[in-house]
Amino acid sequence: MTSENTTKYSLRRRPKSEKLIDESFRKLTIAMAAMVAVVLVSILLVVFFESTEAIGRYGLSFLVTSEWNPVTDEYGAFTAIYGTMLTSLASLLIAIPLGVGTAIFITENIIPEKIRNLVGLMVELLAAIPSVVLGLWAIMVMEPFLRPFLKQLHENLGWIPIFSSEPIGPGVAPAILILVVMILPIITSISRDSINQVPDKLREAAYGIGATRWSTIFNIILPAAISGIAGGILLALGRAMGETMAVTMIIGNSNNFSWSILSPGYTISALLANQFGEADGSQVSSLMFAALILMILTLVVNIFAQWIVKKLSLKY
Amino acid sequence: MIQKDLTYKKNLPRNIIGKLLTFASFCFSTIAIAPLILVLVYVVIKGGSVLSVDILFSEPQPPGDDLGSAGGIGNAIVGTFIITGIATLISLPIGVGGGIYLAEYSKGGYFARFIRFGTNVLSGVPSIIAGVFIYAVIVVTKVIYGSMFSGIAGGISLSILMIPTVIKTTDEGLKLVPDELRKASLGLGASMFTTITDITLPSAVKSISTGVVLGLARAAGETAPLIFTALFSYYHITSFSDIFYEMSSLSVLIYNFALEPYKAQNELAWAASFILVTVLLLMNILSRYLGSITTNK
Repeated sequence: MTSENTTKYSLRRRPKSEKLIDESFRKLTIAMAAMVAVVLVSILLVVFFESTEAIGRYGLSFLVTSEWNPVTDEYGAFTAIYGTMLTSLASLLIAIPLGVGTAIFITENIIPEKIRNLVGLMVELLAAIPSVVLGLWAIMVMEPFLRPFLKQLHENLGWIPIFSSEPIGPGVAPAILILVVMILPIITSISRDSINQVPDKLREAAYGIGATRWSTIFNIILPAAISGIAGGILLALGRAMGETMAVTMIIGNSNNFSWSILSPGYTISALLANQFGEADGSQVSSLMFAALILMILTLVVNIFAQWIVKKLSLKY
Repeated sequence: MIQKDLTYKKNLPRNIIGKLLTFASFCFSTIAIAPLILVLVYVVIKGGSVLSVDILFSEPQPPGDDLGSAGGIGNAIVGTFIITGIATLISLPIGVGGGIYLAEYSKGGYFARFIRFGTNVLSGVPSIIAGVFIYAVIVVTKVIYGSMFSGIAGGISLSILMIPTVIKTTDEGLKLVPDELRKASLGLGASMFTTITDITLPSAVKSISTGVVLGLARAAGETAPLIFTALFSYYHITSFSDIFYEMSSLSVLIYNFALEPYKAQNELAWAASFILVTVLLLMNILSRYLGSITTNK
């Protein structure tokens, strides 16, 4: 009886075919994971090698000259690089208080929770609006609406260099504003998530020793959530730098350098979007050089963002 | 002086400052949300008012001033579906496979850390760079059956943007599956392959589909990678081989027609925005719904 059972239920060896399937599936998933690295590295390599000609010809002077002349084959990306930096940093400066303020407003119990959740949901859904639609809205609705105000600005404060030119339509200032609209949802939703993750104990302890709502927020909640908020802000900066469509449609696409934010300008991504399709010869190489610069800028910002989240995150 | 009574004094500086800050945060959120709602309202009013059955199904005509003869956005709607479909076909196996590796096989080693880091970096790569990259390796070299600008090239460039989202959500979804399920399955003698395909993947499928829908929604709205990979076309897609040629998409149509000086083309751009935004919002709500089912379980 017992001997019969042991023979019946003796350990089955895994058949070779099953082992083969198992092992090849594992290899397959490794290959798929490696694809990420392959794509990332090849993007870098391709953009770098396509731009070697321009790098060799112009070197670092590419970064500081603003000539862009396909006829004489003279290229310099200063206007575009300056535009990218200016628009992304200025929009970030406007968007940080708005975004973090909104995040505080919808995480505190100032208004009923249902409304707060609705506002939060709306912000997140509105992040889904594609940038090309925002660009369409910007040129058709926002810019004509803003122009009188910008004109006022020019007439009254024209002696300040950044307002020194007559607003004639698309320009840097509307581009900054549409970027604010684009990155607000990112900052708001990430700040909101990280504020929500602050343990309730901290808040209760602060209230318990008599702190007001806002001193709790400034002294306890925000410092505890700073890693997430800073990460979100850097992510938004990266997005603003690389943002293409809305900016291309509204910034005016002019390579003439001007200090005025009311005049048309350029960003690297707008330069690429505008000229890549019709470029040939050394212009392609110069555009690739500009793309490489954009790539490096966003890479640095993104890696810094990941680093700062790790570095600043508090352990409870 | 020690305060004797415990009643709330609304004239104390700290209470006044608190009220002011609360009001300021209210103003900030109003300013933050107003433009986003305005965009939505304009898209619905301007786009919805010009929309008709004819516009939905016909192809755009050469630019002119008359909306009656401007044609429609039918081929762009189909094109968007095809291009994002191609992007999904490419990014789904890579993303889910990579996610399975990260969550099930990797033991937190150097390679896995590098892949996670790479995924984060890749999701931060500007979309126009993806377009430039595909232009250089596929469009110029004509590797795909000698075709230059094509729907396939557009789909591939969009897939670069989708892969990080799919990997991340697969990874996170699989990590949420209780380890007991895995151990029980392995303990019963099932192989790793069977455990993953029969036990862990099915229980994570909802959170994975959330990520896929989100990635899809992002890809469908992207324009920058398409303007020099898929380009644009004025004609309907009639046969399978059309994916090897220039293909129109809603987002590129909006870009091109918004910059046309003619009113009729601008109206078509609004109509296309209406369709695109509606579909994207629905997809986002769908992904949220899928996510809520997962968390309730």
